[in-house]
Amino acid sequence: MISNEFLQQVVNAISLGAIYSLFALGYAMVFSILGVLNLAHSAVFMWGAFLGLITVTEIKLPLLLAFPVAMVGAGLIAVALDFLAFRPLRRRNAPRISQLIVSIGASALLVSLSQLTFGTDPRRFPFDILPSGAIQGLPFRVTLIQVIVLITALILMVLLNILVLRTRLGQAMRAVAFNQRTASLLGVNVSGIFASTFFIAGALAGIAGVLYGLTYNSILPFMGDQVALKGLTAIVLGGMGSIPGAVLGGFGVAGLERFSVAVGGSDYRDAVVFLILFLMLLVRPQGLIGQKEQTRA
Amino acid sequence: MLLRLDQVAAGYGAIEALHGISLKVERGQVVSLIGANGAGKSTTLNVISGLIKPARGAVYFEDRDISGWRADQITALGLVQVPEGRQVIATMTVEENLSLGAYRRRDRRQIGSDMDGVYERFPRLKERRSQKAGSLSGGEQQMLAVGRALMMRPKLLMLDEPSMGLAPLLVNEIFRIINAIKNSGTPILLVEQNARKALALADYAYVLERGVIAYEGKALDLRQDPKVIAAYLG
Repeated sequence: MISNEFLQQVVNAISLGAIYSLFALGYAMVFSILGVLNLAHSAVFMWGAFLGLITVTEIKLPLLLAFPVAMVGAGLIAVALDFLAFRPLRRRNAPRISQLIVSIGASALLVSLSQLTFGTDPRRFPFDILPSGAIQGLPFRVTLIQVIVLITALILMVLLNILVLRTRLGQAMRAVAFNQRTASLLGVNVSGIFASTFFIAGALAGIAGVLYGLTYNSILPFMGDQVALKGLTAIVLGGMGSIPGAVLGGFGVAGLERFSVAVGGSDYRDAVVFLILFLMLLVRPQGLIGQKEQTRA
Repeated sequence: MLLRLDQVAAGYGAIEALHGISLKVERGQVVSLIGANGAGKSTTLNVISGLIKPARGAVYFEDRDISGWRADQITALGLVQVPEGRQVIATMTVEENLSLGAYRRRDRRQIGSDMDGVYERFPRLKERRSQKAGSLSGGEQQMLAVGRALMMRPKLLMLDEPSMGLAPLLVNEIFRIINAIKNSGTPILLVEQNARKALALADYAYVLERGVIAYEGKALDLRQDPKVIAAYLG
């Protein structure tokens, strides 16, 4: 029984880890160019979930369309955040702490707007939107939603990797992450790269929100809080501005969380995750595969 | 006229580093800007490149007023700077750095032949094409920075202290390279502390002292000017 339970938690961890990774990727991408955590990222995640939800429940479009709507919508919210909150500070060469604080304020604003719009009762996707039963003939319980989560996340991670390593936009993003002045001397429009990066980060958060909402079928203005610190732990674990690190960290955090459930410490799963965050910052602040700040990409 | 600065003043915050300087570069010319540390040489280049906005005065490139333009727009005009300290992207390979130089270009076929041209000019870069730029020596990084700038097909190449921090043997090699670029017809604005070498290469030169132009003239004449000899060539 114990090994069965263990196997089951591995399955759960992979599915949850896929969502954490998508979420953490956006954190990492913005951190790599801004040098600051965008703490409003979790609010963009929440808005993505709501946008996906209303696409299905209010606009009556099929679930398949909820994903692109949430990605584009959340991406645009993130771009607006950059324009309205971060850009004016960059213009004035404001210190990083101001940018961090403005992101906390932006997060509170986005959560309040969502409360105003959607209320504070949990909203749900229609229960019959996806078959919720386990897929038959497997030694563990896995639902269609978990499979969709994993496949969607893997596809997006591969696409993101191609984008960053193989395209002109990705090349410019890496140049900006390395040094903004140098990038601009090479003809890169740095403001444009900021906007693109925020859009992609927001889109990833948005789809992560929809997937999270589908998995737990409970969508709330405060749902971002549940992933905010998990995502933070993920990128600390993986290395702050590192893209592969964010994926590794996302699965790592989910693994720790599920493992503590498997050994019977369900109540302590968050405590375990944050203990790891604490130890990591103490022992290896550059992350598992992180490098020195200067060479982050 | 390729480049003209008209009474440009600029600085950092409340501190003014340039107090109204005027200079020009004609087509086909190599112009050197020499002076001591902190005289305002790099500030001048950064104003031209759009990294610093001029507080007064104007910058004209090909008779167009470009003061206040963004750095990437100015670069796209063909006004290319190789910044101080080389600034190659350490996390990218040599080849990725070179192709980043062609970021603004669309002519795929010519980009390929330009890259071959850079490799021909710098065989060492070809050997190390798939190595990370951060693993190169200082001299190789300088070659990469120059090669990357050539990938941008500069109408005017601005070099900021290209010999800084290099061993004497490498300094000679870098100046040989600059000379070869000059002979291929690309105009150069060269900022250097090594006044002797900078004057030997240039057609015309300006001497900056504390944010103003103290002397200017044909490089040949400045090399014989007793005041310049005493202060910079002694």
